[in-house]
Amino acid sequence: MLRSKSRKVNILEHEWVPKHEVLSPEEAAEVLKELSVKPIQLPWIKASDPMVRAIGARVGDIIKIYRKSHTAGETIVYRYVVIDVE
Amino acid sequence: MSSPMKIKAVKFGILSPDEIRKLSVTTIFSSEVYDNDGLPVDGGAMDRRLGALEPGEKCPVCGNTRENCPGHFAHIELAKPVIHVNFVKHILTYIKTTCRNCGRILLNQEEAQRYLELLSRLEKLDIKPLKKRLVEYVRRKASKTSTCPHCSAKQYKVRFEKPYVFYEDREEAGLVRLNPSDVRKRLEKILDDDVRLLGGDPKDARPEWMVLTVLIVPPKTVRPSILLETGIRSEDDLTHKLVDIVKINNRLREHVDSGAPNAIIEEEWDLLQYHAATYFDNEIPGIAPAKHRSGKVLKGLAQRLKGKEGRFRGSLSGKRVDFSARTVISPDPNLSINEVGVPIDIAKVLTIPEKVTSWNVDELRKFVLNGPDKWPGANYIVRPDGKRIDLRFVDRKAAAESLAPGMIVERHLIDGDIALFNRQPSLHRISVMAHIIRVLLGKTFRLNLLVCPPYNADFDGDEMNLHIPQSPEAIAEARVLMLVEKNVLTPRYGGPIIGGLQDYVSGAYLLTSKSTILTREDVIDLLGVTGYRGPLPEPAILKPRHYWTGKQLISLFLPMDFNYRRRATLGKAAALACIDEDCPHDSIVIVKRGVLLEGVLDKASIGREEPESMLHWIIKEYGEDVGRKFMDNVYRMFLRYAEKHGLTLSYSHIEVPFEVLVNVKKIIDSKKREVLELIEKYKRGELEPKPGRTVEETLEEEIIDLLSKRLLDEVAEAITPYFDLRNPVIIMARTGARGNPVNLTQMAALLGQQTVRGRRIVRGYSGRSLPHFKQWDLGPECRGFIEHGFAEGLIPLEVFFHAAGGREGLVDTAVRTSQSGYMQRRLINALQDLRVEYDGSVRMPTGEIVQFIYGEDGVDPMKSDHGRAVNITRVIEKVIGWRT
Repeated sequence: MLRSKSRKVNILEHEWVPKHEVLSPEEAAEVLKELSVKPIQLPWIKASDPMVRAIGARVGDIIKIYRKSHTAGETIVYRYVVIDVE
Repeated sequence: MSSPMKIKAVKFGILSPDEIRKLSVTTIFSSEVYDNDGLPVDGGAMDRRLGALEPGEKCPVCGNTRENCPGHFAHIELAKPVIHVNFVKHILTYIKTTCRNCGRILLNQEEAQRYLELLSRLEKLDIKPLKKRLVEYVRRKASKTSTCPHCSAKQYKVRFEKPYVFYEDREEAGLVRLNPSDVRKRLEKILDDDVRLLGGDPKDARPEWMVLTVLIVPPKTVRPSILLETGIRSEDDLTHKLVDIVKINNRLREHVDSGAPNAIIEEEWDLLQYHAATYFDNEIPGIAPAKHRSGKVLKGLAQRLKGKEGRFRGSLSGKRVDFSARTVISPDPNLSINEVGVPIDIAKVLTIPEKVTSWNVDELRKFVLNGPDKWPGANYIVRPDGKRIDLRFVDRKAAAESLAPGMIVERHLIDGDIALFNRQPSLHRISVMAHIIRVLLGKTFRLNLLVCPPYNADFDGDEMNLHIPQSPEAIAEARVLMLVEKNVLTPRYGGPIIGGLQDYVSGAYLLTSKSTILTREDVIDLLGVTGYRGPLPEPAILKPRHYWTGKQLISLFLPMDFNYRRRATLGKAAALACIDEDCPHDSIVIVKRGVLLEGVLDKASIGREEPESMLHWIIKEYGEDVGRKFMDNVYRMFLRYAEKHGLTLSYSHIEVPFEVLVNVKKIIDSKKREVLELIEKYKRGELEPKPGRTVEETLEEEIIDLLSKRLLDEVAEAITPYFDLRNPVIIMARTGARGNPVNLTQMAALLGQQTVRGRRIVRGYSGRSLPHFKQWDLGPECRGFIEHGFAEGLIPLEVFFHAAGGREGLVDTAVRTSQSGYMQRRLINALQDLRVEYDGSVRMPTGEIVQFIYGEDGVDPMKSDHGRAVNITRVIEKVIGWRT
């Protein structure tokens, strides 16, 4: 498991960081079909995002996030990992 | 005919000199516009070939008259190139990122190739934001290079001086100006691929086209001249500007041809650049706007498009409409909340097209016979062939006779028609609602007082707009979606925004309070205004006479199985609060099986913007029309009872006995003494500062707290025993109709400390607010403490402080409205295209997902209870009753 550069905080364990997981190609295809979208129509997340690095996701992956929500208790959102140009 | 084509995309580019010449019907070379006979000069700015404008004129280019001639472009061949001001930013990036010698991008071959491939891939995938970021990255990287990787030429820093001058910083030779020709030469050298890498489009926007060599001249239709009554022609601003450009251009060419000294040429060239720039945009910062001889600022092309009155906001997004009316509004509690009273004069002008059928032909004949001047009449008949017959000028008897199915009669508004009613500012969807028309005498629009809150209307001179939907679809849509009763619940949180206010609330309290008993005559009078049909209930008191209670009358209108329980607004005051049903103050409202058993109705039950009120539950559980009928009928009874009872406020109601006033003065004096002690303590330097505050701040805070909150509370305590629930001021304050207990203290006893921005009033002279005081006096009187109430009257100095404090509120509202208005405009522009799809997700029109489920829970706030999908407490209450 990757740790952040400073090696002081493991963001995966932080209380405010929701659970992220990389979808397998089959799962990803299913999600895309369910939402009837192309990958780029999903919200994006930079490949350089600390969380993307932490869970080892690659450009082109789709990430499933289980977030806490004021209105719904827990909600599931997806992110499409994109190249970070800089 | 060819099959209709669909617009797939719109692309903007820059006109190339070749394209401009191809478009052009002629060059414009003469600064003369009209000759001595007043005819347009060939090759002048108003050349005949630029389109036919005059009646009867035939266009020499397309052969059409002015109705059909679209106008034609011309061009001016510029003697020297000039920079297009709107493109200077782009020109700068191109110059900074390319070699001054060979024109290649300042990146080495492999790098450029790699980015180009990446760019092509992004283009194929159609990911615009990423493409933009790549381009920005490439630009930044290229502009950092100081030696050309292709030809090893040294690169100099390019400086740009607003609005259109470029310099090159040749270290040894100093600053050298690049004239537009130099700039253009450098742009010409850039390769097509490099243009793509830098975010350009070599096909439709070659960089060198941003430096003009040929100026396109718009057709005359774009800049028509106006003929004044005096017969003098007045030309459009653009025409004036074009004449200026031609004039300077000719002069510059002469100088160049005759080989004039460079300095003179440069001067003329700059002038041409100035005119060309102000032609496009006459509000460029840094240069003087071009003016008329009269001193009036000319309108450039940009000014036609920009701003509130520009082409976009003024002409395209904002349009003026027919079938609308505007006048002053006034109240009428006898109308339904769904209705609007329309003056008869307006009803005779606004019309609805009605198709003649065998069912309505007789009625329409009557309208036609009445004609345009007698209501209800009709203004026009439209025959099946589309011809309009104006009923003002024809034999109406014959017209009525000839009426047959298939024709359309444009008849006056009559009762029951539908109209959209609106008050600006339209901040809400509920700022426009559909009302059912009632044609009334008088000259104002009439509306029920209960619909004031959504429009934020009052009757101090407010005006409102009325629009009449014309097509059957529009009428049906307005009726089903926009009618007032369909909009009682706000989409903000699902509570009713429409509801009782002011007199409705006090009336309801008076009617339902325990002490109210009604005779048979009273009951008949009260039920009369509601339109109640049915038997009178059993009287609550039989001996010595038959008496009814107000609560019995309310119960007549409650649904049979309605249950409700809530604390009344009255019960918010600690002295009047109750814990359970055994309530001597009647401050818990209990309805069981449609009978109002206990409690007074006030703001908490029938008021506006009161979620979980009786009104809210009636609407939610029995439907909008039941709620509307309740408001139409029962609320009218509240007003009637307020009238019968009488509710007024006079000096005697805010007067307190002399002894009490003396007592109040004592309290004030003791508090003032406390303040003075505090000041003494401060002067001795013994005052302990609060954490995070200086000593001075501590002192001020302490004084404000002492003189406003603590003092007023103490005084309120002293005077409240002298006001009881028969006092109209107390009735209004306690039931939530108007005002609050603090207001009463302010009227009866004292106003207290006045503040500006949360501080005592200190502004004015140095060390004092007014010259009547000693300098650096920290005492209460000189810093805005008011020790009199409205009953007693203020002394002049106090009036001054009160005005200073009061002004702050006015300034705040003025500033807040303008700021929030602009913020809302920006928000709306940003969010207007989002929509909730059938799967519950929020998406852009192109399908990009913004929220996976609207609000993360998919709840429509309008149909929710304060954002929750179900109100569990209410559900349990309905099933198993209350738990106390």
